[in-house]
Amino acid sequence: MDDLIDGLSEVSCDVLVIGGGTAGPMAALKAKRKNPDATVILLEKANVKRSGAISMGMDGLNNAVIPGYATPEQYTKEITIANDGIVDQKPVYKYAQRCYSIIEELDSYGIRFLKNENGDFAVKKVHHIGTYVLPMPNGETVKKALYRQLRRARLLISNRYMATRLLTGNDGRIAGAIAVNTRTAEFLVLKAKAVILCCGAAGRLGLPTSGYMFGTYENAANSGDGYAMAYYAGAALANLECFQINPLIKDYNGPACAYVAGPYGAYTANNTGSRFIECDYWSGQMMLEFFNELQSGKGPVFLKLNHLHGNTVSEIEKTLHNVERPTRGLFHQGRGTDYRNEMVEMHISEIGFCSGHSASGVFVDEFARTTVPGLYAAGDMASVPHNYMLGAFTNGSVAGEDAMTYAKGVDFAAFDPAEVETERTRVLAPTRREDGIPPNQVEYKTRRLVNDYLQPPKVTRKYELAKRRFAEVREDLEMRMMVRNAHELMRSLEAASILDCADMAAHASLYRTESRWGLYHLRTDYPTKNNEDWFCHTLLRKQDDRMASEKRAVQPYVVPIADEEKDLYDKQRIRASA
Amino acid sequence: MPLATTQTSVPVVVNEAKCIADKGCTVCVDVCPLDVLRISDMSNKAYMAYDECWYCMPCEADCPTGAVTVNIPYLLR
Repeated sequence: MDDLIDGLSEVSCDVLVIGGGTAGPMAALKAKRKNPDATVILLEKANVKRSGAISMGMDGLNNAVIPGYATPEQYTKEITIANDGIVDQKPVYKYAQRCYSIIEELDSYGIRFLKNENGDFAVKKVHHIGTYVLPMPNGETVKKALYRQLRRARLLISNRYMATRLLTGNDGRIAGAIAVNTRTAEFLVLKAKAVILCCGAAGRLGLPTSGYMFGTYENAANSGDGYAMAYYAGAALANLECFQINPLIKDYNGPACAYVAGPYGAYTANNTGSRFIECDYWSGQMMLEFFNELQSGKGPVFLKLNHLHGNTVSEIEKTLHNVERPTRGLFHQGRGTDYRNEMVEMHISEIGFCSGHSASGVFVDEFARTTVPGLYAAGDMASVPHNYMLGAFTNGSVAGEDAMTYAKGVDFAAFDPAEVETERTRVLAPTRREDGIPPNQVEYKTRRLVNDYLQPPKVTRKYELAKRRFAEVREDLEMRMMVRNAHELMRSLEAASILDCADMAAHASLYRTESRWGLYHLRTDYPTKNNEDWFCHTLLRKQDDRMASEKRAVQPYVVPIADEEKDLYDKQRIRASA
Repeated sequence: MPLATTQTSVPVVVNEAKCIADKGCTVCVDVCPLDVLRISDMSNKAYMAYDECWYCMPCEADCPTGAVTVNIPYLLR
């Protein structure tokens, strides 16, 4: 099973899209439509049919900017404030302007959105200021509908190929990628004029409290490969210290409240059944209050629905138990919990990188361009903040179109063939050993250390220890890890991505010597926000084979923010008198 | 260091009487985002080869004969 085969082939294309989840298929589709004569390849380490964060579907759009309900200016303002102002507004504003046309396009694919009796989109309010949440009652069809479009466009899909490193040309431009088959370990060199990274979040960074390695909030296939590949290609990564941490059902990886149950009147409560946060929208400030309540005598924290009418609860269950996380009902059933009768215990998730819910990622501008010419990124791994599924679709389409335009104007970049041989040697090293440490143990140890040392609140001394421990694990990974088949080889490569992300998380967090974004970057040694020195992005990149960080100024706002609006998201805790 | 085999109770269960993998079906294997299912060389039926499950359900939802059941992994239950 999964026997190792020695092999190497080469293909070329105009645009290579790596990752077939949400942003990737849309990027490939738009690139192909832009120039039907060009060759577009969509590479996926699983199978595009059911891969990525929307594997089973999605319960709704969390950030729909729909005329009549919200304006692009209002949305841009909201996202800027929710991220403590550290936002380049241009990509956010562009998203806000374009996302409605993507909703219409998805609608034309047969994905239905909730409408009211007048036939208008039934948008719900969850955020602090505006109204952007649009439920998808048949959200389980989203991936299938997308897949149909890919087949119709006759896109070249390469399933079961995992990209391991990007190839860069002698002139600094992107030249393609090297991939390995996850069933046979055969190599594929893909020469490309432009490459779009859509590899999703770094969701397997922290270890879930259940101890089950694959019970992560993000699809566990999203192991941070895109962040690692971008790093080794020399691209800049922005604000990685702004972790993703989410409120979840305790022991289950389902999201809790804000977007689905919140609009119906459900809320997050403490052990007395009282509300303690003003707004359940997932921001760092909200997570900090959540964390404080968990630590206080008023914890644990619960999702409260038992004050709602039975019919309302049934309505909520229909979405919660059928669409995004369909095993959720089974989980509650197993424990005999019913939303109607009791509050359901919640907890905070493991840490990860994901711009879907926070503000970190491979740095991109409003054209989805990274700092490496010809290299693009979109979706959860690119730095456009809070972009969720609709952001992946919208920014994926921006990337696809711009990448095709770029590819038209350039020829293939020449690269050093020795790079391919070096990479083959690196990837196959664990297959050459008779004895050693299996990838699951290397991964477990990395992630256990992430929980022990990197989980906020961030303590400088703990972070320094983490870096030492990670270096020890890296030596094991490089010198002693062994695999017996192609499947384990895939896991060994993922373990390497996870360790790279852990190192980046530590490095980026130590660099920013202040606290910001609530719990996401709470440093005990620098407990306050310091706008004078740190009202800026941080960019991390590889320089002379080492990790280096630098500051980058926040670009001038397109939509101005008034002084009295700036701290709207800071006032999350319900006052004692309330 | 030598390797040991550790027992683990896996969440995905295949009803062999219903499974038609022996007739060439590979749907559940194809759709798993973590690629943990395989067709057994011995029984020619699908089974969970690796305990690396996100309990996300495509294998159960897409199985043409309803042979696949996804349970919550024991550690979470």
